[in-house]
Amino acid sequence: MEFETVIGLEVHVELATKTKIFCGCSTEFGAPPNTHVCPVCLGHPGVLPVLNRRALELAMKAALALNCRIARESKFDRKNYFYPDLPKAYQISQYDMPIGEDGYIEIEVDGRTKRIGITRVHLEEDAGKLMHSADGLHSLVDFNRVGVPLIEIVSEPDMRSPEEARAYLEKLKAIMQYCEISDVRMEEGSLRCDANISLRPAGSTSFGTKTEIKNLNSFRNVQRGLEYEQERQRQILLSGGEVVQETRRWDEATGQTVSMRSKEEAHDYRYFPEPDLVALSIDDAWVERIRQTIPELPDARKRRFIEQYGLPAYDAGVLTASKGVADFFDEAVRYVDDPKAVSNWMMGELLGHMNQSGLEIGRVKVTPRGLAKLIGLIREGTISTKIAKTVFAEMFETGKDPESIIEEKGLVQISDEGALAAIVDKVIEANPKSVADYKGGKEKALGALVGQVMKETKGKANPQLVNKLLKERLG
Amino acid sequence: MAMWRWSVREMADRVRAGEVKPSELTEAVLARIRETEGKIRAFLHMDEEAAMSRARGLDGRAGEARGLLFGVPGAVKDNLCTAGVRTTCASRILANYVPPYTATAVCKLEEHGAVLVGKTNMDEFAMGSSTENSAFQKTANPWDLNRVPGGSSGGSAAAVAAGQVPFALGSDTGGSIRQPAAFCGVVGLKPTYGRVSRYGLVAFASSLDQIGPITRTVEDAALVLQAIAGRDPRDSTSAPVEVPDWTASLTGEVKGMRLAVPREYIGEGTDPAVAEAVKRAVETLAGLGAVVEEVSLPHTKYAVAVYYLIAPAEASSNLARYDGVRYGVRVEGDNLIDMYGRTRSQGFGPEVKRRIMLGTYALSSGYYDAYYLRAQKVRTLIRRDFEAVFERFDAVVAPTAPTTAFRFGEKIEDPLTMYLNDVLTIPVNLAGLPAISVPCGLAGGLPVGLQVIGKPFDEATVLRVAHAYEQAAALKLEPAGL
Repeated sequence: MEFETVIGLEVHVELATKTKIFCGCSTEFGAPPNTHVCPVCLGHPGVLPVLNRRALELAMKAALALNCRIARESKFDRKNYFYPDLPKAYQISQYDMPIGEDGYIEIEVDGRTKRIGITRVHLEEDAGKLMHSADGLHSLVDFNRVGVPLIEIVSEPDMRSPEEARAYLEKLKAIMQYCEISDVRMEEGSLRCDANISLRPAGSTSFGTKTEIKNLNSFRNVQRGLEYEQERQRQILLSGGEVVQETRRWDEATGQTVSMRSKEEAHDYRYFPEPDLVALSIDDAWVERIRQTIPELPDARKRRFIEQYGLPAYDAGVLTASKGVADFFDEAVRYVDDPKAVSNWMMGELLGHMNQSGLEIGRVKVTPRGLAKLIGLIREGTISTKIAKTVFAEMFETGKDPESIIEEKGLVQISDEGALAAIVDKVIEANPKSVADYKGGKEKALGALVGQVMKETKGKANPQLVNKLLKERLG
Repeated sequence: MAMWRWSVREMADRVRAGEVKPSELTEAVLARIRETEGKIRAFLHMDEEAAMSRARGLDGRAGEARGLLFGVPGAVKDNLCTAGVRTTCASRILANYVPPYTATAVCKLEEHGAVLVGKTNMDEFAMGSSTENSAFQKTANPWDLNRVPGGSSGGSAAAVAAGQVPFALGSDTGGSIRQPAAFCGVVGLKPTYGRVSRYGLVAFASSLDQIGPITRTVEDAALVLQAIAGRDPRDSTSAPVEVPDWTASLTGEVKGMRLAVPREYIGEGTDPAVAEAVKRAVETLAGLGAVVEEVSLPHTKYAVAVYYLIAPAEASSNLARYDGVRYGVRVEGDNLIDMYGRTRSQGFGPEVKRRIMLGTYALSSGYYDAYYLRAQKVRTLIRRDFEAVFERFDAVVAPTAPTTAFRFGEKIEDPLTMYLNDVLTIPVNLAGLPAISVPCGLAGGLPVGLQVIGKPFDEATVLRVAHAYEQAAALKLEPAGL
């Protein structure tokens, strides 16, 4: 029996505000436990929340970037449940009047564009963090994260495979990053994802029973977790069983999902309107003001890279996946009129070094101008492509100018015919067998001779010139 | 006249005139408290030394610009947070709680130069109408020590009535300032919702709670309100509305003002002697030239039911934070859930538990629409009743409570009867209106309160009518119990 997989994602994104959503405490990540707290975020008796305007505006911006309709009337609600990381024992969230509704984003899977619906975007506060002791006898709680503003982005059940889910998440991340709404660092928890997944017989239009998967803590784990769960449900259905509606936890160590709680154990959150905050009234002018702050988004930028620079769609896609990388490209091509060369260097060397070192684009020492210069030096014949890779590695390491690296290390290409001719003659003399092979019709033998010249010159010989000199001499 | 008998106004004036020092006033009220507190038990916490030291500090600041309450001693209900001073809400669960911050209203009192002598008793978390729900002590009514002072601000009302302080702050969610003021023969003002910042008021029902003064004269109520009112950036529900000079509205003049008497407020369940006292008071106002007419507030009969859905619903959420994790009392258990259960079982009293259960039920999935949502709709109807009346009238006048102060134990075993004692004050909170209770005579030797209800943010009219009546009636009410 053939099954179709149905996936919807709930994504939490921490907003990049300086202060918390309902008090003036800092949102900085990684501070010592319980140092960014005050009576308000600790839920002391008698305190009241005051909405951070910046958080609301970032939520509006996110909703607009996701093509949502912005609510003109909105409000906050209390979501009630007991847990030690939730000081008030309720989370201030939005229940039935979210900031944004009915949006979408487009993803690309196997070269096809697909639209994924966004059900809603709402604003809420984050909870604290529990740390359990190894002996299981006690737990500690850090309230620094309490009150950090979050948006929850709920998708329609429009995804049909774990790959689509991953593509959706990556696009979402790119949009959030482009709009400077969030750091979107999954490893720091500023982007978190829960997934709903169900299977149904191919061709069916009704939904199967779903499970919710939590603790999908990286892009890779979102895909892995969903792949595991997809297969688990398939096996149950194939053996004539029924999927149980429940919440399951992804265990990275075992590569499995395990049951957390059943539908019957689900919380009754007793939502009701938050009486400590006034209702929000958002006028058109405000929405327009926020809309103006949205930069060119990844899809539009990708189209522009293809049209303006003649880049292949693949290159444009890779370069626009991150705003910083795309900005780098845009700037580099201002200094050197060779978009494809810039693209090749960025996709090959820059992203390669970034992956290896784990550096983000914002912290990379190579400048767009430096890369442009490097490409210029190759085009002028000052250095070979091979040497340029060595120079780039040095640039990545130290941030130095390519010219000074070349000078310091004496890497300038030898293009002086006289100097090269002597070396070429020496090589011909020392390699009679290769010379004979070449003369006997083995074209490949020329390569070996070129290689010897490069070896003699420590790679600095201008390869075109070496070729020319060898051919002249070998007739 | 003994200093402790002076009004807020008189104390402030005499300090300003240099006739008396703040420390002398504080000394005088502390002496009065020592003399009477054994009988009244109005205070949960006092710090005589701190009060005297603060007052002496003010003695030396005679030349500075002074606030409205410069040198005047007062007290605040124990649900107002005071940095470094235990704030218990008369609950076991907060028996050891010392707040790290001070409520805005209390800060404002201090900025105006008031000297706070202590924290007053109340029903636990302000839930009750007799102060018998305090986990720590019962407060007696100065008029009859066998009777309750009303509640939940019973400590504040009893302290003012007994001459222990010239003013005290209370909080009013369903009548908790006005009803004890009526029972103790003093003035109690509940401002418009949003008039006074709630920041630092331990929440009972957030959409209804409001802080206000309890005093012995209407003018004093105006003065204290003047000190604490105004928009507070820490409270989003505090209104950006101008704060007028309320003492200026105390003209004694009500000629031509239109006063409405709702027939639903003097009906079944109202003590005839109370009805009679209020009737005479209304006649006094008519005698001053006010136009009095009977009106109907048809949805009044639903107010108690609506209140006992909305207030417990909000309370069930507001009181969930008392979980033993961060502050207050913790009772250890075998695991987290067990710790929660033990802490809350032992920390909360029966009335608080009853309301948490009521509220949790009203908000539960499947019941929300039938209870909470429906209650909100009826709340709107109750507000509209008032709006309709205020189209033609300047104020509503009615009894504050249907009875006078009852005996200890008389109603505590019967929550429904206790709840009904708030039937005439609750609609005002549901509509968010300002209202005052001013003494209007005795019934069976016990004080009766006249309630004056005004339009939103029209405390001026409320104060003006109450003041005109107070001046015209010129009652000399002295508690007989002391």
